[in-house]
Parts: sequence; C-alpha cells; structure tokens
Amino acid sequence: MMGWLPVALLAVPLVGALLLLLAPHALRPRLRAYGLVLSGVTLALAVLMVAVFDYAGAARPQFEVDQPWIAGLGLRFHLGVDGISLPLVALTALLTFLCFVYLCWGRERAGEQLMRARPRALVFTLLVLEVGMIGTFLALDLLLFFVFFEVVLIPMYFLIAIWGGEGRGAASAKFILYTLLGSVVMLLGLLLVWAQTGTLDIEALAAAHGAGMARSVQILAFVAIGVGLAVKTPMWPLHTWLPDAHTEAPTVGSVLLAGVLLKMGTYGFARIAIPILPDGAAAVAPWLGALAVVGIVYGALACLAQRDLKRMIAYSSVGHMGFVLLGFATLTPVGVNGALFANVAHGLITGLLFFLAGAVKDRYHTADMPSLGGGMLATLPRLGSLLTFASIASLGLPGLAGFWGEMLALFGAFQPANVLPRPLFLTYMVIGGLGAVLTAAYFLVMLSRVTHGRPQRPARPAARVLQEVGGPPPAVPDDVAGPPPAVLDDVGRPPGDVRTHELLAWTPLVVLILLFGLWPGLLLSLTTPAVLTLLGVAS
Amino acid sequence: MIQQIDYFAIAPPLVLALTAGLVLLLDAFLPARPRTRGALGFVTLAGVLVSLGFVVAQAAGGGTPRSTFCVPPGLADPATAQCSFVADRFTLVFAGMVLAAAVVVVLLSMTELAGGGIPVGEWYFLLLCTFVGAVTLPASRDLIMLVVALELVSLPVFALTALKRYDGRSSEAAVKLFVVSVVSTAVMLYGVSLLYGIAGTVFLSRLEEVFGGQAEAPGVALVQGDLPAVGTVGVVLVVAGFAFKIAAVPFHAWAADVYQGAPVPVAALLSVVSKAAGFAGLILVLVAALSGQAATWIPIVAVLAALTMTAGNLLALRQRSAVRLLAWSSVAQSGYILAPLAVTVTADGVTAVGASMAYLVIYAAMNLGAFAVVMLVSKTTTRNELDDYRGLVFRRPVAGLALAFCLICLAGLPPGLAGLFAKVFVFRELVEGGSGWLALVMAANTVIGLYYYAVWTARLFAPAAERDAAPRRTFPATGSAIGLAVAVAVLFSVAPQLVLDATALSAFG
Repeated sequence: MMGWLPVALLAVPLVGALLLLLAPHALRPRLRAYGLVLSGVTLALAVLMVAVFDYAGAARPQFEVDQPWIAGLGLRFHLGVDGISLPLVALTALLTFLCFVYLCWGRERAGEQLMRARPRALVFTLLVLEVGMIGTFLALDLLLFFVFFEVVLIPMYFLIAIWGGEGRGAASAKFILYTLLGSVVMLLGLLLVWAQTGTLDIEALAAAHGAGMARSVQILAFVAIGVGLAVKTPMWPLHTWLPDAHTEAPTVGSVLLAGVLLKMGTYGFARIAIPILPDGAAAVAPWLGALAVVGIVYGALACLAQRDLKRMIAYSSVGHMGFVLLGFATLTPVGVNGALFANVAHGLITGLLFFLAGAVKDRYHTADMPSLGGGMLATLPRLGSLLTFASIASLGLPGLAGFWGEMLALFGAFQPANVLPRPLFLTYMVIGGLGAVLTAAYFLVMLSRVTHGRPQRPARPAARVLQEVGGPPPAVPDDVAGPPPAVLDDVGRPPGDVRTHELLAWTPLVVLILLFGLWPGLLLSLTTPAVLTLLGVAS
Repeated sequence: MIQQIDYFAIAPPLVLALTAGLVLLLDAFLPARPRTRGALGFVTLAGVLVSLGFVVAQAAGGGTPRSTFCVPPGLADPATAQCSFVADRFTLVFAGMVLAAAVVVVLLSMTELAGGGIPVGEWYFLLLCTFVGAVTLPASRDLIMLVVALELVSLPVFALTALKRYDGRSSEAAVKLFVVSVVSTAVMLYGVSLLYGIAGTVFLSRLEEVFGGQAEAPGVALVQGDLPAVGTVGVVLVVAGFAFKIAAVPFHAWAADVYQGAPVPVAALLSVVSKAAGFAGLILVLVAALSGQAATWIPIVAVLAALTMTAGNLLALRQRSAVRLLAWSSVAQSGYILAPLAVTVTADGVTAVGASMAYLVIYAAMNLGAFAVVMLVSKTTTRNELDDYRGLVFRRPVAGLALAFCLICLAGLPPGLAGLFAKVFVFRELVEGGSGWLALVMAANTVIGLYYYAVWTARLFAPAAERDAAPRRTFPATGSAIGLAVAVAVLFSVAPQLVLDATALSAFG
C-alpha cells in the first residue's frame, strides 16, 4: 500500500524538469512560481510520508516498490523508506523547497541575480538534483543506489560551474573528478558484493549480515565502498574538494551540498557498508575512527586559520562529519544513532549557516572576515543574532540540535562494540572531546570578529586606494560614539537587515534546530529500531 | 556437386553490393545536376534500409542459424559440415548495428556532399562497399573470408578519405591510413598463414578443435594442448593485425591525424563501422577459433586494453580540435570494449563477450550522435575547435543538448544512463572474472575521461564570446541523423535490457 508515494516523490521533480525542457516558452513567465510549486508539492508528499509512516514498524522499509528494471544486471527498481532514511528524505525535500523560497521570493539581490542568469536552467538543475538526492535515500537496490548517487554529480557540477564565484571552473572540475573517482571505486565494491552473494537487494543483504562472504572479501569490499562514501562525506584526507566547492558554489549550491550531498556519503555507511559487511566493518572500524578524529581536529584547526566565512563553514563540515564517522566506527547502537542524529542536525545547522553566509556575502560583497569588520549585532541585529544562533548550535550547545549527535557519538566511543579495542576508542573519545572544544573556540573567534565588537567601516576598495596613493589617514577615528557607519551597497543604500523571503526560508530551520535540540527523542525513537535491526542486535 | 547457396542468408550483403553497382550506373547515366546528388543519396539509403530489413527478418525468423557456402560432411576431413558464412545471433547483432550506423553515415554524407566538391557516385559506391565488408565480416567463419571481408572494409576507406581532393590534410590522412592498414594486413596475413600451417584448415570451427586439443594438428605436434612457439607468434600477429583496425595501443598513432583529415562522415565511419568490424573479427578469431589457447592471448589482450584506454584518455586531455578529441576518446573507448575479452574464461566466455558487444552497441549510438553534431558545427565553422562550441546550446538548442547528452553518455554519468550501464556491464565482468587490477585501471580512466568530456560539455553551456550574425542554415539530413542517434541512445538509457537481450544470449549458435 502507498507504494506510489516514493515513486511520486521522484516523479514530481523529474516530470517537472522534463516539462521545462519540452515546453520552455509556455513556462518562462512563471518560472519562479513553477519551481516553488514543484518543490512544494514534493515537500508536501514528504510531509505526507512522515505523517502516514508507521512508527511502530520503523525498523522495516515501508512504502515499498519493487519492479524489475534491467533483468540482465539483476537491477530492480526497489524503493522504500525506514526510520533511517525517512528524516533524510524529509530534510532533502525541506531544504530544496527552502532554496526555492530563497530564490523565488527574493525580489532583490542574490535570489534575483541568480534567477536572472538563466532562470530556466537553474530551476531545471535544482529539480534534477532533487531527484538524485531523494532517490539515493529511497533506493533499496545497490545499483539503483549507485545510479542515484551519480545523478547528483552533473547538476551539482553545473550549479558550481555556471552560477559559482571567481574560481568556479577549477572548483567544479575538482568536485566532479574527485567524487567520480570515489564513486567508481564504490561501484567496484558494490559489484564485488554482488559477485559474491548474487543479489543486489539491500534488504536481503542486510538481513544476511554478511553471510556468504569471506572476511577478506568483506574487508576489501568495505574499503572500496568506504572510500567512495568517504570522498562524498568527506573524510580526512579525502576532503580537499570540499572547501573549494563550497567557497565557489552559489548559496543554494552550498546549502544543498552541505545539507544533503554530504549526507549521502554517511547514509551509505548506515545503509550499505556497515549492515552488509559487518566483518569488514569490524576490521576497518579502528582505522575509520582514527581518520574520523583526525578529521575532527584537523577541521577545527583549519577553521581557526580561515579568513573566509564560507570556507570556514566548509571546514567545520569536515569536523562535524568526523563526529558522524566516529559514531559509525563504534558500531554500537548508541554511536550509530548519534551519527544519524548528528547527520540530520548538521544538515539543518550548516544549511542555515550557509544561507546566512550567503546573505552576509550578498550585503558586504565579501565573506572575508577581517574585511567584514565587527559589530554586526549593532549594524544588522537580526542577521547578527541569527548568525550567533546558528554558530552556537553548530558548536554543540546543549539544548540545540548540534549537541546530541556529537555527545552520543563520543558516548558510543566510550563503550564501543565488543569486537573493537576499547582503549583505542577511549583515546578517540578524548581527542574528539578536545576537537569539540576547538570547535567552540573557532566559532567563538568568528563571532567575536564578525558579530561583536564595535562596528567599523570595512576595508572598502575606495579607502584602500586612498591610503595607497598616500592620502592622509582619516583623522577622526570611525569608532567614536554615534550612529554606526553603514556599509553601502552597490545602489548606494545601506544593506537592509533580514528580509521577508529570507526569514521565510530560515525560520523552519531555526524551529527544527530548537525542536530537535529540546526533544531529541523525536528523532532517536525513529532511528533506534532501524539501527538495532541493521546492527543485528535485535535479532 | 552443386553448391547450394542460401540467398536469404546472404541477402544483406548482396543487397548492398547490388545497390553499389546501381549507384555507379546511375551516376554514369543520370545528368550531372544537383538533384542527382540527392537522388543517389536516397538510393543508397534505400539499399541500406532494405538490407537492414533483411537482417531484421532473419532475426525475427529465429530458429537455427542459417549457413551457406559449406563444405558438405564427408568431403573434407571432419565428419561435420563446415560453413564459411553463418548468420547466427552474433552476426545479426553486428550486422544490425553496422547497418543502423550506416544509415547515420549516409545521412551525414548527404550534408557533406551537398557542397559539391566531392564526386557523388564514387563516394556512395565506396561507402556501400565498406558496408558490404562490414556486414560480411561478422558472418565469416573461415580465415580467408575474414581477411577478404576486412580488406573490403578497409580499402574503400582510403579512397573515401582522399575524396576531398585538393585538401592536403585529407591526402595525408589517406596515405597514413593506407600505409598503416596495409602493414596491419600484411602482419595479420602472416599470422593467419601460421595458424593455417599449424592446423591445416581455415575454418574457425576446425581451428577451435585443433587448438582446443580435440583434433590432432597436422602441421606440428601439439603436446598436451600446448602451443608451440610458432603458434604463439601466429596468435600474437593476428591480434596485432586487428589491433591496428581498432586503433589499440601500440597501433593507435594514426587515429587522430586520419580522423581530422578525413571528411567528418568518414571519421564517423572509421570510429563506428570500421571499429565494429575490427572487433567482430577479433572476437571471432579469439573466441570462436582460439578459445583453447586463451592462456596465451588473455594476458596480451588485458595489457592491450589497459594501455589503450590509458593512452587514449591521456592524449585526449590536451586536444583542442573536436574531431581529434573524439578520435582519442574513441581509442579510449576501444580499451573499455577490449577489457571484457581479457576475462573470457573458457567455460562460459560467452557472457563476457556479451559485455563487449553491449558496450560496442551503446558506444555506436552515443558516438554517432556526437559525430553528427560535430558534422553540423563543421558546416558553420572552418576549424571546428572546442572553442567553436561555446554557447552552442543557445545558438542551436537541440543540437547543443544532443551533444551534451552524448558526451555525458560517453563519460558514463547520469542522465546518460546508457553509457553508465555500459560501463557497469564491463566492470561486472571484470570483477566477477577476478581481473581486479584491470577494473581499477578502468576506474581511474573513467575519471580521466570525464575531465575532457565535462570540459567540452561545460563549454556548450558557456556564454558565447560574440553572437555570430551568420544566417542560420538548416541541414535536414544531419538533423535527422542527430535525431536518430540520440533517440537510440535515449532508448538504451531507459531500457538497457534491450541491448543485453540482443547480446548476452549465447553469442554463437
């Protein structure tokens, strides 16, 4: 029953994108509304799915569709949703919709500029991207998962390459080559699993818990699949594509990249690598944990060194994903639950952070923190407070969504699975804890540089020219008491504070961050049964 | 005795050959007017379509494979009949693919010949002769017929390349192709004669028995099925001869110059029809005749495949000319097609060959689509460099999107699912066959390949530097060629099972 729901979730954006291709002229005047309505319908379907989901049976896939597609490959069109994928499907639909809200109701500035440059192509790209993202979370067939995993590459490439910043060419090429290399290696791992077991069905493979595969094969397959997923996640040292891609991508690209695309990598660990290859996971987990904590510390230290706001948030993703991977590496229900929670929380928080960074860049025409000056709380109080909120959520303040996932991941490392060496994981826990402190440090440093302090006139090109030609420095310091000198935008007006369309796009994220922070059980009760089944604890 | 000929079995090449003669006659007797050019094109197209119809009829007929030109049982040494021409599933798949590609090539020719610089009758005659060879070759089941058919594919192409008279590049390309091809033929003939000397027969089925150790070799003493050194030399020489035709490393150097110098339809012909013929011959010799000696040629083919895909991709990275890029990319694709042959294990080698054939069929569709768009662009720009494709999507949306789709297909990424699944077929055989290292080499190559395809695709969508004020000309023939190739590529993307059904079943028999 209700098998049409996952199909509809994919069909709505796909058909919408195809219509855009077939009837460009009829739709051109209504492009804003068109994208908004389609993603809205998709979100409505996702909400419907959340509403009718049977929470008592969260461990089993629901709304299943299972049709043969390519018999010669054993590829079946097998979709379904369980407690692990449901939050991610909803998150994807939500973030895509919010991106459209941000784009389509913005009568001025960023949204407008983006929509002015080839609006049809932008709507098309985002819709295809949505198909790939939702499909990845719905797929219950190894090759189908791989196909959807690949679907996102081309749209994301164009999103960066066409609408990106200055260095977009190199960043987009790096993104697509890096991730393709990962996914091809992953394909080899998936085919190895298939060659050994003769089935591509994720459900059946997960139920078998690695039966029929020798330990050596499992390790090989886990490493191959893990490398592919780790590039996407990204895990240190395979993360180097991420900062460039994030820095150059347009706001919506960054939001979707951080909010959803990175989750595809971690989701793969929970859906495929760990349940299907338990012996391989047990053998590789110490290494995975080691790379994860290196990622946590490395991400935090790299953040401390950044001047660019977007780049800093990008590196913070490396750290947060380190916590997620550490949670997976413990192979305990607590750790995996924490990882899945941190996953969703990171999607919400970093999505919001990138929206805010985009808004800042939009107003000041730079994301360079020293150039921004300080005192945003005084000049743009609402934007400043939202940035503060998102930052402290991201650094893991108890009571906000960022806290629980990382706490559970560290807690999992305190008592890892029996097959894993406990002293090693205790070390990881300590290092991870230090990393959490560093995370707090860089976010606070960022806040002190950007939102606090006295408002200064940011180093504007005009001022710099004046100094270069040897003109006298301004005799009167800017920071005397008085109305803060406003930054002027290109039309000569001071940049406005948060606008309605921005507020519309951001409020749901703020609300969800608060909700999951205050009531983590909401999400944990959903993932727990599925995690227990996947780890084979319940059986 | 009287040789019984099954005319239905040989109908496809026969129709093509008759059409070739007809075209030559019509060209001689019809008045030389522009309208004649079009008429000859349509006659050629009709001949190809009728031939394709016969192939489809044979495929639909099913039943036992038709064979003709046989030595009856009892006349020769073995007790079973041995036939030179067999129209089995393998033959029909290759013939169908070649003829479908031929339709596209003829359509492209119509645009190319509309300019008037090229003699029309000769062009279509030579083109049809090539098709006769390409259709006959997969049906050949003896070494002599194989060599003759392969020469029939190759010889007219030299002339076709040179038909763009007064063009220095074209003549140079023709000479290069001629020299390379003649050398490769000589090498292969030498190998063939060695094989004949060992086995005392030219029939592939008999060769299979001899080299598999089921029948005694009259030429040399075959100890425990081990091949004497002379046999190894023969196998290597035959493989080398075919490697020239498919532009495999180390016999790949001619590809770029010849593709660039030749008219675009001939480049398309070389990259699809001629290559398909080469692969058909290679598969026939290796799998149908020499599967008993797999231990000798599998390592050779594996190394050839790895080198070919790597060299092709690395050379393609630096190209600025569209045709040269496609030339090197098709060398790289040859490597992917070769790869499954390197895991053909004697017991059920058929499925691995099926992966090669499936890749070849899908490759034909996507590559022809790309060449058709290149043909279109070559009519409006003189140099046909990658920069000329900047903003193609805005100038000619359909052609631009078609080229983007074909390039993404060749790269093997969604939405070009056909190319993705083609690669999955090959990867599957490699992983199952235990050739993990070759799979890794191919994985790395897929990434290298993506770079130049992605750069070209991105250029299609980049804003054009200046708007060309030239009036838009339409080329209906090329337009329909693009439509045909892309429609097939889209069909294969949605239902790749069609390709698998055609190729994965028992290939021989």
